[in-house]
Amino acid sequence: MSRTIVMSLNKISKHFGPLLANNAIDLELAEGEVLALLGENGAGQTTLMNILFGHYVADEGSVTVFDQELPPGKPRAAIEAGVGMVHQHFTLADNLTVLENIILGTEPLWGVTQHMRAALAKLDRLSQEFGLTVDPKAQVKDLSVGEMQRVEILKALYRNARILIMDEPTAVLTPPEVESLFATLRQLLKRGLAVVFISHKLAEVMAISDRVAVLRNGKVVLQAETTQTSREALAEAMVGREIPEPKRTPQEAGEILLSLDQVTVFGTQHKRLLDQANLTLRAGEIVGIAGVSGHGQAQLADLLSGLQKPDEGRLTLRGAGEIIPKPSTMIRYGIGRIVEDRIGLGLIGDMTITENLASESYRDKKFSNFGFLRFNVLKEHARQLIEDFDVRCPGVAAQVRKLSGGNMQKLILARVLSKKPIVILAHQPTWGLDVGATAYVHSQLLEARQRGAGVLLISEDLDELLQLCDRIQVIYHGRLSESLDPENISLQELGLLMSGHQTTAPKAA
Amino acid sequence: MRLEPRDHVSLAMAIAGPILAVLAAMAICSLLILWSGSSITEAYVLLFKGALGSRFAISETLTRTTVLILTGLAAAVAFRAKLWNIGGEGQLYMGACAATMLGTGFLEWSPYLLVPTLFLAGALAGGLLLLVPTLLKTHLKVDEVVTTLLLNFIILLLVNYLVFGPWKDPMAMGWPQAAPIIDQGLLPILLAKTRLHAGFLVALASAFGIWVLMRFTVWGYEIRAVGANPEAARFAGVPVNRTIIRTALISGGLAGMAGVCELIGLKGYLTLDLSPGFGYTGIVVAMLAGLHPLGVILSAFFVAVVFNGADSMSRALSVSNYIAEVITAVSLLTVLVSMLLTRYRIRWK
Repeated sequence: MSRTIVMSLNKISKHFGPLLANNAIDLELAEGEVLALLGENGAGQTTLMNILFGHYVADEGSVTVFDQELPPGKPRAAIEAGVGMVHQHFTLADNLTVLENIILGTEPLWGVTQHMRAALAKLDRLSQEFGLTVDPKAQVKDLSVGEMQRVEILKALYRNARILIMDEPTAVLTPPEVESLFATLRQLLKRGLAVVFISHKLAEVMAISDRVAVLRNGKVVLQAETTQTSREALAEAMVGREIPEPKRTPQEAGEILLSLDQVTVFGTQHKRLLDQANLTLRAGEIVGIAGVSGHGQAQLADLLSGLQKPDEGRLTLRGAGEIIPKPSTMIRYGIGRIVEDRIGLGLIGDMTITENLASESYRDKKFSNFGFLRFNVLKEHARQLIEDFDVRCPGVAAQVRKLSGGNMQKLILARVLSKKPIVILAHQPTWGLDVGATAYVHSQLLEARQRGAGVLLISEDLDELLQLCDRIQVIYHGRLSESLDPENISLQELGLLMSGHQTTAPKAA
Repeated sequence: MRLEPRDHVSLAMAIAGPILAVLAAMAICSLLILWSGSSITEAYVLLFKGALGSRFAISETLTRTTVLILTGLAAAVAFRAKLWNIGGEGQLYMGACAATMLGTGFLEWSPYLLVPTLFLAGALAGGLLLLVPTLLKTHLKVDEVVTTLLLNFIILLLVNYLVFGPWKDPMAMGWPQAAPIIDQGLLPILLAKTRLHAGFLVALASAFGIWVLMRFTVWGYEIRAVGANPEAARFAGVPVNRTIIRTALISGGLAGMAGVCELIGLKGYLTLDLSPGFGYTGIVVAMLAGLHPLGVILSAFFVAVVFNGADSMSRALSVSNYIAEVITAVSLLTVLVSMLLTRYRIRWK
C-alpha cells in the first residue's frame, strides 16, 4: 500500500535567544496513521506545534499540508487547511451547550437560527459516522472528562479537520476512557484521517501509534515503526541515557503511624467530599490512593496538609493521639507534605530558593535569632540541599518561579525529605515531570519507605501506583475502598473500581 | 506583539529604568506646558530652581519629603503583604489627633520624653485605626480597599467636628484650629531660618528600620511570604492572619507618625489643612519606589521636588500648578511600564 503523505514538516528550525528549540526537524504524516511524538518537557514539541499553527514563525523550514505550503504566522491557515488540535487543557466554555461550543467562532452575523439547524444536522452526521455520541444540548459543565474530550474532537471534525493533533490526550482520562478514546481514534483512521499523538506515556504510545518520533533538545533523535522498537529504546532515546527503574523490595510494615477513622468532610450543599473514610498508614509502607480526579483526593490531601479539618471522624497520629489538623501542627509532628499544586501551594514563586527551602523551619533556633533570620545559615542550608537533591538552578538566590517543573519538585522534596518526616503525603508527585525526574521522585519515596517512613501516595497514574505501592485503596465519591494488593490486581479491575463498579478483586492482607 | 521574560536583568538596566521613565513622563507633560503657551525649557528650569535652586528651596523640598517618606512607607509595607491600605490620610489625621490630645498641655514632660511619647501615641492611634478594617478583612473577608478609603472621610469629619467644637482654641480668633502643641512637644529645627525639622531624621531612620525589618527579620519574611502567596504561606505554617494584623499595625503606625511629624514639626496645631492628601500621595510614592523601603526615600524626594517646583513655576508662568499632579501621575504610569520592560522584552510577531 502506497502511503499518501498528508502533512510534512521540512527542516523546521527555531531559535529563542541562545536556545535552539527546534533544530532542522523533518517529519511526515501519512493518511490513516498515528504518529506519536515523544519527548520530555521542553524537548520542542510545543514549539513545533505552535509553528504549525502559526503562533510562531520558524527561522527556517516550511510546513506543507495536502501539498500546499502554509503561509507562516497565520493561525487560521492551518485550520483552513484541515488541521485540528485537541489541547490537553480543554478549550470549552462550561456554561454553553455542546452544540454552542462546537460552532463557537463559526457562526455568521445573520441567520443564527438557521445556522444552528444546519450545524445540528452536520453534528449528527459526524457523531454517527465516527461513533462519537454526545448530547448536543447538554451543558459542557455537566459532562464527564471523557465526554468533553469527545466534544473537542467533534469541534475539530466540524471544522473539517483531516489531520488531528492531540496534546497529551490521556492525561486526564481513566483507563476505560483511554480505551474508548483509542477506539474512537481507530474509527477516525479507518476514514482516512491522520493523527499526531503527543505524549510521554510510553505504554500508550506503544498501544496506539503506527510510527514514533522522539524529540530531544529540539532534534528528532529517533524515528521508527512502533513495532520495530521497544519501550526501553524509546525511554533511552527520550532522555539520552539509561533510566534505572527504581525497584520496590519487599519489607515488613511496622507499627501504625497515622490513621483516619470514619472521616467525613462536607462541601457546599452538604455534599460528602470525603465519606467515612478509613485508612491506616504503617511504618515502612507506601499506601496508594487511586481514583479519577475530583473524587475526594484533594480533601484527603488537605486533611494531611493541615488545611482541612474533619467534619466527622478522627485523625490519629502515633505519639500525639487524636489531632486537629493545622499546617503548623502537621509540621511539628513531622508530616512531610508534597502537594499537587507546586507553584500555588507548595512554593512561593516570587521568593528565592533559600527562602522557599526555609519556609517550614525559619522559626527554628537554628535559623533565626531574636527575630532576625540567620541568612548565612539559611544560605548554607540551601546550598547543601540543592547539592544533595540535584536541583539545577543558577544559585540559591534565584527566584523559584524561574525553575522548571522538575526542579521545583526537587526543591519541595529537598525541603520535605531533609527533615526526615515519619509520615509523607505525596499528592501527584510526578505530575507533569519528565522520565528522569519521575524516576528520581520514585527512588526518593522508596528510600523514605526503606528508612521506615509511611508514605501516602495519591496519584492518577496507575502505573506509578502499581510500581510503588504496598497497598492500594481506590477512592470513589469520597469513599475509600478496602486495601488491594497491587501484585494481584489488573489495570482493568482498578479502572472498574475507579468508575464505581464493585469487583471481586483479591484483598491485601 | 508578545512579551518574553528576560533571563537576566542587569543592574544598569534596573537603575536606568526609573530614570528614563521619569524623563519620559516629563517629555509627555511638556505637551501640556506647550499647550498653556509657555516655553518647555523655561518651565522645567523654573521647576527645578523652585525646588532645588536655593538653600531655602532645598529645605522646603526636604520638609515635604519627610511626610511623604512616612506615608510612602505606610503604603509600601501594607502593599507588600497585599493589604490594600488606602486609608493613610485618615491614619495620618488620627495620629495628629492623638498627639494633639496629649501634647497640648495634658502631659508636661521634658522634650526628651514628650516627643517620643507623642510619636508613640500617634503611631498607636494610626495603627489601631487600620486595625478595624483589617480585622474585618481577616475575619469576615470585608474588602479593605472600600473600608480604609471610606474611613478617611469619617476621620476628616471627626477632625472637622473637633476643631470646630470641643478642641477649638479660644485664642485662635475664631479660626477652626485646636490649641497649639506646648513647646516641649515640638521638634527642633535642623537648619537655622528654615522649616526643616528633626522629623526628617525620624523619616530616614524609619525607612532604614523598615528596610531592615523586611529584609532581615522573621516578621519581614512572613510579611513578604503572605504578600507573595498567602495560600502557600498558610500551607508552610506561617500565621497568616497574625502577620496581616501585624502589618496593619506597622503601616497604620507609620501613617500616624506622618501626622505627628507634620503637627509637631511644622504646623504646631491641628487644623483641617494639616495634610493636602499626603496619605494618598504616599500610595504613589510607594508604587514609584516599587515598594522598596529605601526606594521610598528617593521617590518621596522626587515627588516633593515636582510639587514644590511646580508651585514656584506656576507663580512665574501661566502653567497651573496642577502640572505637578499630572507629572507624578504620568511618572507612575511610565515607571510601571519601565518596570515591565526591565523584566520582559517585547517581541514583534
